[in-house]
Amino acid sequence: MSEATEKIATDEVYALDETYNYKVVRQFAVMTVVWGVVGMLVGVVIAAQLAWPELNFGIPWLSYGRLRPLHTNAVIFAFGGSALFATSYYVVQRTCQVRLWGGWLVPFTFWGWQLVIVLAAITLPMGLTQAKEYAELEWPIDILIAAVWVSYALVFFGTIVKRKPPHIYVANWFYGAFILTVAVLHIVNSAVVPVSMGKSYSAYAGVQDAMIQWWYGHNAVGFFLTAGFLGMMYYFIPKQAGRPVYSYRLSIVHFWALIFTYMWAGPHHLHYTALPDWTQSVGMVFSLILLAPSWGGMINGVMTLSGAWHKLRTDPVLKFLIVSLSFYGMSTFEGPMMSIKTVNALSHYTDWTVGHVHSGALGWVGLISMGSIYYLLPRLYGRQEMYSMRLVEVHFWIATLGIVGYIASMWIAGVMQGLMWRATNPDGTLTYAFIESVKATYPYYVMRFFSGLLYLSGILLMLYNMIKTIQQGTVVNAKIPLVQPHVPAAAQ
Amino acid sequence: MESLIILIPLSILAVLCAAWFFFRMSNSGQFDDDQGPAWSVILDDDRAAATEQRSTNPQE
Repeated sequence: MSEATEKIATDEVYALDETYNYKVVRQFAVMTVVWGVVGMLVGVVIAAQLAWPELNFGIPWLSYGRLRPLHTNAVIFAFGGSALFATSYYVVQRTCQVRLWGGWLVPFTFWGWQLVIVLAAITLPMGLTQAKEYAELEWPIDILIAAVWVSYALVFFGTIVKRKPPHIYVANWFYGAFILTVAVLHIVNSAVVPVSMGKSYSAYAGVQDAMIQWWYGHNAVGFFLTAGFLGMMYYFIPKQAGRPVYSYRLSIVHFWALIFTYMWAGPHHLHYTALPDWTQSVGMVFSLILLAPSWGGMINGVMTLSGAWHKLRTDPVLKFLIVSLSFYGMSTFEGPMMSIKTVNALSHYTDWTVGHVHSGALGWVGLISMGSIYYLLPRLYGRQEMYSMRLVEVHFWIATLGIVGYIASMWIAGVMQGLMWRATNPDGTLTYAFIESVKATYPYYVMRFFSGLLYLSGILLMLYNMIKTIQQGTVVNAKIPLVQPHVPAAAQ
Repeated sequence: MESLIILIPLSILAVLCAAWFFFRMSNSGQFDDDQGPAWSVILDDDRAAATEQRSTNPQE
């Protein structure tokens, strides 16, 4: 042990002027927060519209149908996407001990991605859409996305190829799988026949189109919103806790188990539709199987804190990271349960689904991204910690409160709607008209609006904290250590 | 279900690629060390002050 520590101390040698590319990490990190504010604001607006429909003021581009895809695209691809770019570029450089490969491709991924987001923010309110959930953007933007994504893959894998240590750290495996899979998903699902710049028809028709769409849709959840963020989890939790991953072996098993079992969960979005029964059942079985690798990974992440639990009391960044995992565990348990056909018969088309999605989105994706960005910002701007750790703590609590309020109100609303829709009188007629369930949902929509408002105010605090941190900090481009600290296998 | 004619072979191909890649990496010894990689990430000192003032005990 002491011999190993001694060796590490002597290894701290730096290559002369070679630095990591922190610039692109900074750009994406800052935009993560900016787009987070925008996306969540739109979310709060449409939550308000569901409770008080007059709020669209009769203006077409303010209507729910146009703002809802703007919200999902902004939070998933602008906020989540920027967080993934920022963290993957940071992690791949730090763990491979080399500067990002790719020259001009690197700034191209940043500016290209921002352009995609701006184009989405213009075209979606105009009503230009392919009408595929999470893939609404029209074909010219889809082509730009493909170009950016291929550049991203080149930069990421180019950096992996020129790495110094022979081993590829597990976080990079997750990021790599996310990048490759999203490329395939995007290209297959975006196949269209264009008729004009703003209009196209899907290459697939009817139930075929639905199957392709949800193969894309669920795998986007699995690889964009899960695998990528698991990469974050496997780097930032150990770093922030100052403890190595609980079981490195389990992390590798986790990765391969997820890769081999993920691809077929999509059909659970199409239970009781024109999709063949057996395909629905295959989707359900694969969804249930997914519980195992998901919980394996969650336990691995949480147990990383073993021996360092006390840090949770004082370190708000660690709170973000660990609580995100508990929401990951909750939603990866809830998801397989909801994919069971009999449960789905109750939950489908209700707000339960919305609650489920948000326990994953606000709880898992949101909190782990915020925690990781809080980890990164001081390091990118030459400070020991954020401008105000107290505000980080406040952010954590109001965000958590917001999430709990959100999912609880949607659970109640969802189960209530499901039960009302299926209730029949002794003579076989429906007990409730649809509008009665809408009316009964109203208080829960109001509760959801206020919960969303809490979550939004949290990220506004983050924006303020970030601006102050940047103002008081200086831009840092860390030097690359010449030798990778090496620990013999026997060190612990 | 014509769409499955695309999706099923695509999935099988993806799984075969993943399996091939897994065995290739496994045979090359990529997964042999199940302690060192976890520690080297912890020991890589990325704190902002690292460039000017370095801690002598990175394990701290």
